[in-house]
Amino acid sequence: MPYSEPVHFERITVADVSRHFGRRRALSRVSFDCAAGQIVGLLGPNGAGKSTLLSVLATLAAPSTGSVRYGAATPGAAGAALRAQIGFLSHDLQLYPELSARENLEFFAGLHGLDDPRREAADALARAGLDDRADDVVEGFSRGMRQRLALERALLHEPRLALFDEPFTGLDEASCVKLVRRLRSLRADRRIVVLATHDLDIVDGLLDQALLLRAGRLRPLGGEGTLRERYRAAVASGEAR
Amino acid sequence: MNEFLRVAWLVVRKDLRVESRSRELLFTTVFFAISCVLVFSFGFVRGGRAVEGAAAGILWIAVAFSGTLALGRAFERERHHDALRGLLLAPAARPAIYVGKLAGLLLLLAVVEAIVAVMVAFLFQAPLFRFPVRLFALLALGTIGFASVGTLFSAMLVRTRSRAVLLPVLLYPITIPVLIMGVSGTAVLIAPEPDLAMARLWIGLLFFFDAVFLTLALWTFEPVMTE
Repeated sequence: MPYSEPVHFERITVADVSRHFGRRRALSRVSFDCAAGQIVGLLGPNGAGKSTLLSVLATLAAPSTGSVRYGAATPGAAGAALRAQIGFLSHDLQLYPELSARENLEFFAGLHGLDDPRREAADALARAGLDDRADDVVEGFSRGMRQRLALERALLHEPRLALFDEPFTGLDEASCVKLVRRLRSLRADRRIVVLATHDLDIVDGLLDQALLLRAGRLRPLGGEGTLRERYRAAVASGEAR
Repeated sequence: MNEFLRVAWLVVRKDLRVESRSRELLFTTVFFAISCVLVFSFGFVRGGRAVEGAAAGILWIAVAFSGTLALGRAFERERHHDALRGLLLAPAARPAIYVGKLAGLLLLLAVVEAIVAVMVAFLFQAPLFRFPVRLFALLALGTIGFASVGTLFSAMLVRTRSRAVLLPVLLYPITIPVLIMGVSGTAVLIAPEPDLAMARLWIGLLFFFDAVFLTLALWTFEPVMTE
């Protein structure tokens, strides 16, 4: 790695984080922590603040109040060394549609300072199952193919913290199974995975910690039944309140 | 420093690759600049003779207008599909991304200026290439000054809904001195009796402007890009 030594962390601590956009409060006093080898699910209806929380964790948005600590490091002090340890798949896929799959991956591998961007890109294409379409421009890809490519782009540099916003969007069943397997392997590698999803049936049994966000606040998720039943019960009790 | 330049080069190469496939910026900017010069030539050339002193102004107006068009689109590729966040999350020095975007724009504007300068010299019968090194210095420094401020504003406004309106409103008040220096420097070069000492002064002032605004832009790019 040509950049300064990456920050090593085993835990993320989110303490009292609020985030305002003008007068609108997207996050309100959110606190939780997660450890290496955990998969954390952010659940909640549209507009609950899940994507904002992922942006804050990715250091792309600063909290209005509160703090996020990555082990002992803070985003302000660690800067680029911390970013080297974060991979982010957002809902928009952060790919250049005019470039081929290989060119996209090589570009981002280069930006991350990987030693051999060509080899890294080739390996990532194989993992995404896109070797045969490597030199096609991304514009012609289906949503599922783009999603697989974007996922590999986010994990190219083997980040300690992997953030996924709706990672199952557009994936067929076989790809979903592969992704679940990939998430399990990230957990086995003691990475920290935080994912925002509405695909409750797919992630049921996968999550080590499920957090329900509603109107920017963390709400308790009940303990009985399937994830979908617990989610429904929690949302219904929130509406009744 | 090598790392900084490597990242800047990656961004330039990516932009050139995308542009070579879409040709969106090149065609619109060149077409706009040519139209601009042609329209002015109908207004300022009578009976085969151009109005005295018009050529310098028209050259710089074409550069400024087509440059604004290019600047407005500079970060569009990054805005679409949220690629900007992918760039910002890379563990690279963020000013290197700015320098890469700026260098890509400068290359594009260099192509536009080469075409526009030949057209202005031909249509307005202006001796633009009498002092080619000085003209090159004026155009290069003027374009760097204009584009360095414009690239920063374009990045600042990338998440703003009314960015197309706001960019010229913010850009022109700050870059007017660059345009005035460019026009004045070019005018003294193509005058019947060229004043080379004055041309040197304008080139020096442009250099000073560029140094100040490039430094400010490199310094402010990181905080500006944090949401």
